[in-house]
Amino acid sequence: MLEKHAILEKSGLLLTVAILVTVAIGGAVEIAPLFYLESTIEKVEGVRPYSPLELAGRNIYIREGCHVCHSQMVRPLRDEVERYGHYSLAAESMYDHPFQWGSKRSGPDLARVGGKYSDAWHQQHLIDPRSVVPESVMPPYAMLNERPLDYREAADWLAANRAVGVPYTDEMLTNAEADLKAQVDPFSEIYDQFAARYPKAQIRDFDGDPMVISEMDALIAYLQVLGTMVDFSTYQAEENYR
Amino acid sequence: MSERGASAMSRELTSAVRRGGADITLIAFALAVMALWSVFTAARTIDPSMSVHAMMFFAASIIGAFALVSHVTSDQKADASRYEMGVVKAGVFASVFWGIAGFLVGVIIAAQLAFPNLFYFPDLPWTSFGRLRPLHTSAVVFAFGGNVLMATSFYVVQRTCRARLWGGLGAWFVFLGYNLFIVIAATGYLMGVTQSKEYAEPEWYADLWLTIVWVVYLLVFLGTLLKRKEPHIYVANWFYLAFIVTIAMLHIVNNLAMPVSLTSTRSYSLFAGVQDALTQWWYGHNAVGFFLTAGFLGIMYYFIPKRAERPVYSYRLSIVHFWSLIFIYIWAGPHHLHYTALPEWAQTLGMTFSIMLWMPSWGGMVNGLMTLSGAWDKLRTDPVLRMLVVSVAFYGMSTFEGPLMAIRAVNSLSHYTDWTIGHVHSGALGWVAYVSFGALYCLVPWLWNREKLYSRALVEWHFWISTLGILLYITSMWVSGIMQGLMWRAYNEFGFLEYSFVETVAAMHPYYVIRMLGGLLFLIGALFMAYNLWRTARGDVREREYARDALFAPVPAE
Repeated sequence: MLEKHAILEKSGLLLTVAILVTVAIGGAVEIAPLFYLESTIEKVEGVRPYSPLELAGRNIYIREGCHVCHSQMVRPLRDEVERYGHYSLAAESMYDHPFQWGSKRSGPDLARVGGKYSDAWHQQHLIDPRSVVPESVMPPYAMLNERPLDYREAADWLAANRAVGVPYTDEMLTNAEADLKAQVDPFSEIYDQFAARYPKAQIRDFDGDPMVISEMDALIAYLQVLGTMVDFSTYQAEENYR
Repeated sequence: MSERGASAMSRELTSAVRRGGADITLIAFALAVMALWSVFTAARTIDPSMSVHAMMFFAASIIGAFALVSHVTSDQKADASRYEMGVVKAGVFASVFWGIAGFLVGVIIAAQLAFPNLFYFPDLPWTSFGRLRPLHTSAVVFAFGGNVLMATSFYVVQRTCRARLWGGLGAWFVFLGYNLFIVIAATGYLMGVTQSKEYAEPEWYADLWLTIVWVVYLLVFLGTLLKRKEPHIYVANWFYLAFIVTIAMLHIVNNLAMPVSLTSTRSYSLFAGVQDALTQWWYGHNAVGFFLTAGFLGIMYYFIPKRAERPVYSYRLSIVHFWSLIFIYIWAGPHHLHYTALPEWAQTLGMTFSIMLWMPSWGGMVNGLMTLSGAWDKLRTDPVLRMLVVSVAFYGMSTFEGPLMAIRAVNSLSHYTDWTIGHVHSGALGWVAYVSFGALYCLVPWLWNREKLYSRALVEWHFWISTLGILLYITSMWVSGIMQGLMWRAYNEFGFLEYSFVETVAAMHPYYVIRMLGGLLFLIGALFMAYNLWRTARGDVREREYARDALFAPVPAE
């Protein structure tokens, strides 16, 4: 049979086609089913699209490469569940374009960091990590505190996410900028509408400076929502074993 | 630029196009589109990073236009009956430059983790670890490795086909266009422009540009294969071809994304969550499999037989090794996602194929090593051949370690730790970089028509310094990774977790220092190489050294 190989060795085009077919099989069999098998993502309640401010924070998280050192994926191992909380569900990142599971933990997992620390702790930790955790090797991000958040494209962020499948409504798109401002202002006039559009969103000034919406506001808003959307007191894990 | 200058240049360009061939017309068209797009984008964007990149694309189109005009109007015409070696020489230069840049950034980020108080600068956000780490990985993988692959593939395909590169200036377009992509990607990381997918960080517009460049690369390579004067396509070219074709497929699928607007640097991936994760690691693992393995196996199959002056050990093994390697590699991606929210059947499939992958990998190693049959004595006298052979040994080691780490139970310990980092570097430093160094040491004397390298002793120094560096690197990462994995899961006698996370970070400090020293040694070795290659290209020879060699040369028994 190996003598037949000469046919491929004598035709550049045939060789190219044979290579393409050979390397396409694995992806087709392994990846394609994830898009149509219903068991890929569990049925859970509570997971909603990110609010505009949370999404802005997520943009900063990606910009600074936080995923390089922090995973967002708690594995179903005894020590991880005890250290970080309930193991991560596929449903919890179903609106994450792109995913932020990470591949290295130079710092701890952040999948369930929301609500674990106060806003003030996060702020101080981001400005100077070693002032609160002396052994830390994390870079300082003091500039987040000083930089006003650039949200001129906020509606476009939502629109681009909707184009790839995140269920943002027309109302959410129209109000993107207003919603972003409303989340840092507990006295805002659209408090109720915002809270209805993004259930359980945390509404407060995150960085201690109500005069400016800073990048710090956005990043802390994102960190505080991580892992908090699903209510695990009612989640039926057994029904979703795959 | 004044309007008169611009119109004069466009007139020049038009006449140049009229005199030139189709390659020149197409490149001129591409440059014109690039210039128009960049002017439009620079004028419209509100994103400062995008305006910087638009300016850079504009500058590149102007420089490209000047180069094109000066090429067409120059009296010196390339001799079409000869090989095109200019672009290979440029590729060698770029490889050495990017290699040293990439190693240097690696040492810097290693220093940051070892001494965060000294190497972080709160006022310079672009120096933080999160932005420099993709700069390091892209610089070594795509800038250094990519330029080595392009230079060697252009050399090997011409020699083994006995044909000049197809497509006229196409090869130059590929080389310059690819390096433009690298500059755009690198400056983007520093400004925080990233789509966060590992080894696929550049944003949508850089990805589109790379797609164009890559398609031309495939055309130039394939075109040269098609006009070959040899009946058979040599085995090294199978591997280069698989690398080019598969990287095109992976790059296009994994980078599908929706830009926020045509003038924004930001985009959102077409896929989300679990599907995005598997697509990314299908890409990511095969960036290793096809960029860092198949391509460099092409180098192995040409340069080791050449340097050892022996034929490839087994033709049959080459065939079996080639097809099984490229078929199986593609499936291995899910082992990056063990115990995650990826369905278990996909994890099991990935693990199974990863273990199967051990065999074709070692088939390649055996074929490379056994090529030295009858020439093993050269390892003692030729440090370049030794570097090539040690690279294959490292390839064998890391392709054994890989399947081991892909087993779910092992992975539960190794994943998220420095063990992975150590594993990657035993492959990247030991295999990819060493086989590249070996090829560069061969290529420079051949390309510049020099009888021998400037200094063989410097190659010896390079070899031993960087081997020591690699050993320090991978052993420190083994210890630090396994230690951290065990500390995470350690329980005390009361059934509570023994260590807080930050205690594991503190425990790794000494190993981070050792890793930094290992990387520094590797960088120093590369500087030796750069000096040696530069002197070789200039035509210098360290006479004293070779005279002494002659004095101690073994004399055959009478």
